Amino acid sequence: MATKLNPVDVLIVGLGWTGGIIAKELASTKLKIVALERGGPRDTNPDFIDPEIHDELRYAARHDLMQNVRRETITFRNSESQTALPMRQLGSFLPGQGVGGAGVHWNGVTWRWLEWDHQARTRTVDKYGEKIIPSDMHLQDWPITYDDLEPYYDKFEKTCGTSGKAGNLNGKKIDGGNIFEGSRKEDYPNPPMIAAQSMVMFEKAARNLGYHPFPNPSSNASRDYVNPDGVAFGQCHYCGYCERFGCEANAKASPHFTVIPLALKNPDFELRTNSIVLKVNLDSARKKAVSVSYLDARGREFEQPADLIILSAYALGNVNLLLQSGIGVPYDPATGKGVVGRNYAYQCGGGATAFFDKRTILNRFMGAGALGTCMDDFNGDNYDFVKAGYIGGGGISCSNSGARPIQSHPTPHGTPRWGSDWKKAVVDNYDHAANVGNQGAVMAYRQNYLSLDPTYTDIFGRPLMRMTFDFQDNEIKQMNGQADICVTIAKEMGAIRVDRSIPPVPYSIVPYQSTHNTGGAVFGADPTTSVLNKHLQVWDVPNVFVTGACVFPQNAGKNPTGPVGALAYWAADAIKNYLKNPGPLVPS
Amino acid sequence: MSTREKKNGQGDVGRRDFLKLFGAAGAAAGTLPFGGTASADDVLPATAATETKHHDAAEPHARGGGYEFFNVDESAFVEAAVDTLIPKDATGPGAKELGVAIYIDRQMAGGYGKGDRLYLKGPFGEGTPEQGYQLPMMPSELIRAGIADVNAVVQKSRKNSFAALSAKERAAIMADLEAKKTELPTVPAETFFSLLLQLTIEGYFADPMYGGNKDAAAWKMIGFPGADAMYTDKIEPFRNKPYRAEPKGIQDLI
Repeated sequence: MATKLNPVDVLIVGLGWTGGIIAKELASTKLKIVALERGGPRDTNPDFIDPEIHDELRYAARHDLMQNVRRETITFRNSESQTALPMRQLGSFLPGQGVGGAGVHWNGVTWRWLEWDHQARTRTVDKYGEKIIPSDMHLQDWPITYDDLEPYYDKFEKTCGTSGKAGNLNGKKIDGGNIFEGSRKEDYPNPPMIAAQSMVMFEKAARNLGYHPFPNPSSNASRDYVNPDGVAFGQCHYCGYCERFGCEANAKASPHFTVIPLALKNPDFELRTNSIVLKVNLDSARKKAVSVSYLDARGREFEQPADLIILSAYALGNVNLLLQSGIGVPYDPATGKGVVGRNYAYQCGGGATAFFDKRTILNRFMGAGALGTCMDDFNGDNYDFVKAGYIGGGGISCSNSGARPIQSHPTPHGTPRWGSDWKKAVVDNYDHAANVGNQGAVMAYRQNYLSLDPTYTDIFGRPLMRMTFDFQDNEIKQMNGQADICVTIAKEMGAIRVDRSIPPVPYSIVPYQSTHNTGGAVFGADPTTSVLNKHLQVWDVPNVFVTGACVFPQNAGKNPTGPVGALAYWAADAIKNYLKNPGPLVPS
Repeated sequence: MSTREKKNGQGDVGRRDFLKLFGAAGAAAGTLPFGGTASADDVLPATAATETKHHDAAEPHARGGGYEFFNVDESAFVEAAVDTLIPKDATGPGAKELGVAIYIDRQMAGGYGKGDRLYLKGPFGEGTPEQGYQLPMMPSELIRAGIADVNAVVQKSRKNSFAALSAKERAAIMADLEAKKTELPTVPAETFFSLLLQLTIEGYFADPMYGGNKDAAAWKMIGFPGADAMYTDKIEPFRNKPYRAEPKGIQDLI
């Protein structure tokens, strides 16, 4: 029997980047705000201190900071013809858990997505005509443009202390920055990071080939920094323990030491950790959310009434909560009707490994999560879709994020996986190999979607969410085409051997690929193809807002945290307007 | 192979290479295709080591001897297996001398071995390779059953235990498991092999406090400086220049 608690004004589900931003931004409203976080509390000290955080086994291999799939997971199948089975251990992607969410263990790459990404359909049709879009591809525009979001991108970069170099400042293209980016009003708050040897080689090779390389925009601070909220960052140590780890230096921007402590200063804000939300409860007309049901660490059930509910869990977690709660109509691929779970998308990687002779010394272990050099010459619509044979390319980069040896000991193709020959190949190549990789956009398709599984349940007794996903021909052409480009660059870098690779096809849930899951609760201008309006407000239930990468209509060839953070600030402004006069912000 | 793979001319090679390049070591016990061949020095047969049987209470537990999880037959198997997968040779130390058998024992006795992050609810189906691990066994159960399986098969074919065979014979048996040429009575051969190899590589390269990588010798071999990692003032001056530092584990720095 659930204990019914006193009502609050605003309830936030999940306290990572987006929940943290909204909690902090709404402090000025003087409303009573409660955040429920399924994981535990965490802080830099004592949770991420040096040297204990430099533990590859615990954090990278055993996923200490991640969602525990023993409690809740998903089921997976490549297509409707298969029976979905549980993802019994983490693999392809790594959702976070605990205060700060995945914002604690991300790499810190902080993009503004390309203008094309915000208007993918319109710009594609204008340039190539309707016919270039495959019949099963759900290519959709965002309901807002890059220019609408520009001030919010800027705000998030300043919150994060992003280090980079502008390539398009007020319309003026700047060599050495990303000349393909949309026009920005101000440069990054910090200068680029120090390039590693492999990046110097990549940059030279890319320029030789006529491309336009530039330093990754990195929220690993290149110098000591104080953000506009007064939060101090340390300079990055280049320690090489970044993705999958917390940062000992507060150099990698994370909500746990930026927006969340600011939210906690508000006496009207309360954080409840180890509190897992099971579902959102609606009124009898199913037009209004009235409360959420959650369990505390001991398994006691509570009902927390609230006037306004923000779903700010991980992308997959938000879609799961919508499905569990019956908010919005679930998507049915047979009829094409319904919206929740529609347009689930992912990314496709691959590329080339460049092996150098022993005179080339890379010191790969001196790295940082977002330390890399990238180029957008084959991303967005910066290349010819017809010639390439695919829509939506990817950023091609050479990253130097560390060389932790359990998971990073590159060997040439054909090397045995064990024995003396394996060991010799590991030693010969450990510090003489670099990766040139593609971060490929995956488009949305009629047949790729999220729904509830008919068979399996989590430990709380709820159905697991079911993922039906595979790479389609457009993406297979892309991963192959982009891998060929990576090979050309790797050769130009002076590699004595280049090995080409693409992700597993069919898509496999097993090897790690990318924690850039998108879609399932997309925002749009049309309620028949989107769950949310342009303010991230649920069309059907206007006192629920949803944040995070689940709102993207399709994926991009870039890391998602930049637009995820920018859209959280965008939604916070919309929510402030909503609170003045609760109701739909866009008529449906 | 799917028709799509055939059409695009990639197939298993691209898939396997991707796994190798991007961290198959982290993907435990999947039902994946594997390649590669065995190679090992023909050295003396491994036997159950006696020198690590006594636990010195003054030492940190993980560095002490004595098996918590494996019985005497199992520990003999694991010592022989890790010695086969990463043998001592001219390139560098072997897994056995670096304590990797103890590492695996501790892992099997601890949370990972007991499936603390494994979804183990039924129903159970075999599924496709893309759907990953689907056995109703936690890692410690899988390893235990696999050891018994291999010993039973070896006893039948060679009238001996795995640990008592020569290095060359052990390598041949491992290669057959890897290539799915051996049918085991209980567990899928390649799933068992894959987990065993994953654990061996983990123990070899993990922080020494977990019981393997003794004296950080595997880090020394490849030139990885370990947990002592502060390179802000080094990344530029050491571009394309060797950086030599005595590797340090977490316990060396506390």
